[in-house]
Amino acid sequence: MREIKSKVQFNNEVARDTYLMGLKVEDEEFLAEPGQFVMLRLSQATDPLLRRPFSICGTTRKNTILILYRVVGRGTFLMAAMLPGAELSILGPLGKGFRLPDPGQRTFLVAGGIGVAPLLFLASRITKHSPRLLIGYRSQNEIIDISGFDLGGVEIVLATEDGSTGYHGVVTDLLASELNRLGGAPSVVCTCGPPAMMQKVSEICLKEGIPCQVSLEAAMACGVGACLGCAVRNASATDGSYYHVCKDGPVFDAMMIEWESL
Amino acid sequence: MKTLEPDLRVKLGPMELKNPVIAASGTFGYGDEYADVVAPNLLGGIVVKGLSLAPRPGNPPPRIAETPSGMLNAIGLANIGVEAFLKEKLPWLRTLDTTVIANIYGHTVAEYGEVALALKGVDGVDAIEVNISCPNVEKGGMAFGTDPEIAAMVTEAVLKNTDKPVMVKLSPNVTDITQIARAVEGAGAHIISLINTLTGMAIDVETRRPRLANVSGGLSGPAIRPVALYMVYRVVQAVKIPVVGIGGIMEARDALEFLIAGAKAVQVGTANFVNPRATVDIVEGLKQYCIEKKIRRLEEIVATLRV
Repeated sequence: MREIKSKVQFNNEVARDTYLMGLKVEDEEFLAEPGQFVMLRLSQATDPLLRRPFSICGTTRKNTILILYRVVGRGTFLMAAMLPGAELSILGPLGKGFRLPDPGQRTFLVAGGIGVAPLLFLASRITKHSPRLLIGYRSQNEIIDISGFDLGGVEIVLATEDGSTGYHGVVTDLLASELNRLGGAPSVVCTCGPPAMMQKVSEICLKEGIPCQVSLEAAMACGVGACLGCAVRNASATDGSYYHVCKDGPVFDAMMIEWESL
Repeated sequence: MKTLEPDLRVKLGPMELKNPVIAASGTFGYGDEYADVVAPNLLGGIVVKGLSLAPRPGNPPPRIAETPSGMLNAIGLANIGVEAFLKEKLPWLRTLDTTVIANIYGHTVAEYGEVALALKGVDGVDAIEVNISCPNVEKGGMAFGTDPEIAAMVTEAVLKNTDKPVMVKLSPNVTDITQIARAVEGAGAHIISLINTLTGMAIDVETRRPRLANVSGGLSGPAIRPVALYMVYRVVQAVKIPVVGIGGIMEARDALEFLIAGAKAVQVGTANFVNPRATVDIVEGLKQYCIEKKIRRLEEIVATLRV
């Protein structure tokens, strides 16, 4: 983990209120694993105060970090207004990422909306495995333009809740129907999205006996295990103990998480 | 002509720190979390995460919420317990060339004494900081630090069970903080640190739920700095023992305010989250200030407020 200075290289709107930012790290190599995250300092002023956590959506030419984000609050509102050349401090890479599937393991990646960010990074690393990337949106006007990603070999299937594009329904139903239709379950499922959706994915996987990795999000102040703010309940502990999303995750085996606590 | 390196050492009761900048409890883990970005040996000291007798899992999430120029936290004093601290964390802390301060708390007066006893004679722990802001289960959950008599009892219980300098960390959630300060001084505390967080809350108006699962939490960050500064200024007038200033210190100029108001040292907390190098940046900034103002010893500026 390091604190690194970076410059905004581009900051393009890729869907309504959704942007892809490229951050160029000067004179350094930034080596990250899919599923890891960074804490970005979005202002030199004291309001907003804390850094914000973002999944790493990819790295290119070893020194550009891609961040895919949706404008949801004051931090991301400031971020959306940043122009190329703006300076940002990065703390990272942080946390534990996805365990990469072995070659030959059939992999399904299941994304809910902006939750596609870490899965795009993962997909780009395992294109040779021909993973299937299922992405759910509410409607086609939310569809994130990912044409800039080199995803040759990745099969992308879309679902919209209103049926405006692709499968008509939620992405968890798409997952269930794909499992039925294809027969022969995948060896691994990796998912990121709203908690209720990930819980449903993990239930489907549990029923089918498929190992499932989930990438969680939590409010956090430090990102390095110091503040203990990002607690999530440990499903197997009898003493009510917690994991911390920043250090123990953000990627967990679905079985580890007490979903009702989220 | 060669510029003389200013002397940043400060005397804090029975201790001497290499500089007045200490990492505050609960914001720096057990010291190792930030070791990648901050060389701990550059700091005046490190206060480790508050320790209790038994490990505590802490509160349900959400535990933190950002507020204007500040943050609320209700971590619930989650920690690994004093025994695991000694076994897992202390060996590394012992290798450091900085002052290591163990922050402790209890839920009864006796428990404070027991945690202090567990650290008695332990090599590598240089001092004890006593958190008196937590709820007293024997008094219906009212914080120990809100009653001068009970604050003094806690101080005595710790002093009786330790061979180390004792610093008592005061809660600002009181009517007159100088009363508590005098009470713990009277009980024999060597040092006072202040302020702990101010109690507050925030509400999500969409869901009408509190933004912390615990409903209320402790406010920290630059938002509380003027409050903290004034309380430090008042406590410095009220007691003879050294005072350590805490509250929203982000950079060297903030630390200087506290020193000028009379604090002998400062603790840096929330700033670590925003700028992990905040502590070392402050040390560097204090050095630069001394050079610019031709101050040989930083201690010369302590309590030099011109009123």
